[in-house]
Amino acid sequence: MSSRETILQRLRNRTGGELTVPECDFSVLVRDNWSTKERIERFEKMIESVHGEVHHCTEDMWMDRLAEVLNTRGARNLLIPQQHEIGRALRDAGRDDLPELLIYDEPIESWQAHLFNEVDASITSTRGGIAETGSLILWPNDDEPRLMSLVPPVHIAVLKASELYTTFHEAMQAQNWAAGMPTNALLISGPSKTADIEQTLAYGVHGPKELIVLMIE
Amino acid sequence: MSETAEHTGHHIDVKEFHPRAQAAIHNPKIRKNFRSAMDGLMSKRKTAFEGWDLETLRDLGANVRLRALANLPDLLEQLEKKLTENGIRVHWAVDGDEACRIVRDICKARDAKTVIKGKSMVSEEMELNHYLEEQGIEALESDLGEYIVQLADETPSHIIMPAIHKNTGEISQLLHDKTGTDLSNDVEYLTASARQQLREKFMNADVGVSGVNFAVAETGTLCLVENEGNGRMTTTVPKCHIAVTGIEKVVPSMEDVSALLALLTRSATGQHITTYFNMISGPRKAEELDGPEEVHLVLVDNGRSSIYQDDELLDTLRCIRCGACMNHCPVYTRVGGHAYGTTYPGPIGKILMPHLIGLDEGRHLPSASSLCGACGEVCPVKIPIPDLLVRLRQESVDGDKLHPAKVRGHGAKRSSMEAMIWKGWAWMHASPGIYRFGTGAASKFRALQPSKAGAWTDYRTAPKLAAKTLHQRMKERGQ
Ligand code: SF4
Repeated sequence: MSSRETILQRLRNRTGGELTVPECDFSVLVRDNWSTKERIERFEKMIESVHGEVHHCTEDMWMDRLAEVLNTRGARNLLIPQQHEIGRALRDAGRDDLPELLIYDEPIESWQAHLFNEVDASITSTRGGIAETGSLILWPNDDEPRLMSLVPPVHIAVLKASELYTTFHEAMQAQNWAAGMPTNALLISGPSKTADIEQTLAYGVHGPKELIVLMIE
Repeated sequence: MSETAEHTGHHIDVKEFHPRAQAAIHNPKIRKNFRSAMDGLMSKRKTAFEGWDLETLRDLGANVRLRALANLPDLLEQLEKKLTENGIRVHWAVDGDEACRIVRDICKARDAKTVIKGKSMVSEEMELNHYLEEQGIEALESDLGEYIVQLADETPSHIIMPAIHKNTGEISQLLHDKTGTDLSNDVEYLTASARQQLREKFMNADVGVSGVNFAVAETGTLCLVENEGNGRMTTTVPKCHIAVTGIEKVVPSMEDVSALLALLTRSATGQHITTYFNMISGPRKAEELDGPEEVHLVLVDNGRSSIYQDDELLDTLRCIRCGACMNHCPVYTRVGGHAYGTTYPGPIGKILMPHLIGLDEGRHLPSASSLCGACGEVCPVKIPIPDLLVRLRQESVDGDKLHPAKVRGHGAKRSSMEAMIWKGWAWMHASPGIYRFGTGAASKFRALQPSKAGAWTDYRTAPKLAAKTLHQRMKERGQ
């Protein structure tokens, strides 16, 4: 008998009594519907409490903010999506106050060392955010691959205030995650951190040292 | 670290709990490190649940886990089916050895020389690193705490914070000796230096091995909770990702995950959520530019299906490995994680390890408790840990007629002398005449009562028998 059958058979023929299936009432997870303003405030408070930054922007001026953010950090380059409107807009703008724009358009194998050692910042879109916990929802794809939000020391994420959900529970239902998930989905709630050395917080242990949210209102 | 150095490596003798606990209690550094860390964690947890109806939320957590366990075999099959559809290969292992061999075979088939690891307690349970080294495959931990523990050739002393027993100075010295990092008390510097070393390793590793926090049957999704990003690196950068997990980790849907996640991170570290919640539902697709080509899941039984047989012990399998029970345990806080000598220390270890290693090996575990009940009160999935401890204590002395013992290695603590004394005790209390005679005689000869009674009187005064028995006094009062 295979190990699979051995295990399943032991579970199916359990010796104890019939197991009852309890009712699960998820209403405790539901928050009173917060207004957009409340959601924005809560999101900002939460993400700032874990060392993230929120910049309030409009459709017209987010690029100015981005340039500022990158310049104050002396970023030499910025990794951008190829297809997404964020990437298109940045390329079309042709601004000279932005650093060199890089595109992730080849498989990681051909430029891994460069990504790990030379890229200073990246910008990605989000599929919304979660106010209660201060989280960004990301579904990486071929236009914005998984490592874009992980390897560069500064990750900048664009979040539309209108796409802020109150809770994770609400977000997954609204976006019908049960119908199917992408190969990789992420909640990101701050920069990479550790407290493994004597409970002292240190940022950027493996992933980005900084997480900057451009909130489009 | 002399007090732990002798108990490190892979051959800790679980039976030596008492001497290790003694040593730890008399070690001011261990006492201080754990006390301050646990105090911090307890207060952070409390703050994180402010504004929540915690009892209702814990009820939900318990019900979600019970529902999953009630359908365990069906859910495992559904999970396997869904994962397979998604392109993830599923393997089953009855014990840790088989799980190790499965990992080895996947590595060998890819001609892999180096494995980078994300945090996984199940792989600790399997002693995977040790096994892979024997097979000539380098296995490197990438969680900072695990990395430190591995460099020191020790085992984790806490399931969430593996290196909690060390302070900055010791870690700096260790990194200096093993990796050439400059000596420094600057945590940021030490962290940055580890980041650099580990980035090289991520780029060169052939295989990434991780644990799983929740496996979702409906969508075929493996969920990982972490702060550092090493879990994302481990599951994204190497060409092959192998996830290992206990069979109890499966839940029906993402909705269940939302409840358990809300409980897990707040209970563990007092965080509303961790930095990363990583959901993996398949290997890299043709059009994708990164991610592993191959993803495997190894479902490990290792004693869990035995626990599953018993209606009461089954509750052990609800555990979501948050560590709150250890953070709140007065024994754990004083002796630290290494004193237990087990993969999982603290209250969860006391109820889980006897099943994994046998109650003969682990016979001291259920008694290493004052039954204060703190663990049961904080457990996010309401595992009645104190009740299970009592049950295991009974099993370790072989139960009684009504409750025959079942756990492997039961009866290891039974002493025929003790059994006889209790039998005599019961007989005396069931016979009024003999009882009165006995207590009367004891009062009369109370002067002969010894003032020392073993370890009990080392720190306490022995209670003196009263000059008159209760019966005598009641009689004198004419009642
Ligand atoms: S037994 Fe409960 S408190 Fe302890 S680790 Fe498991 S879930 Fe957490």
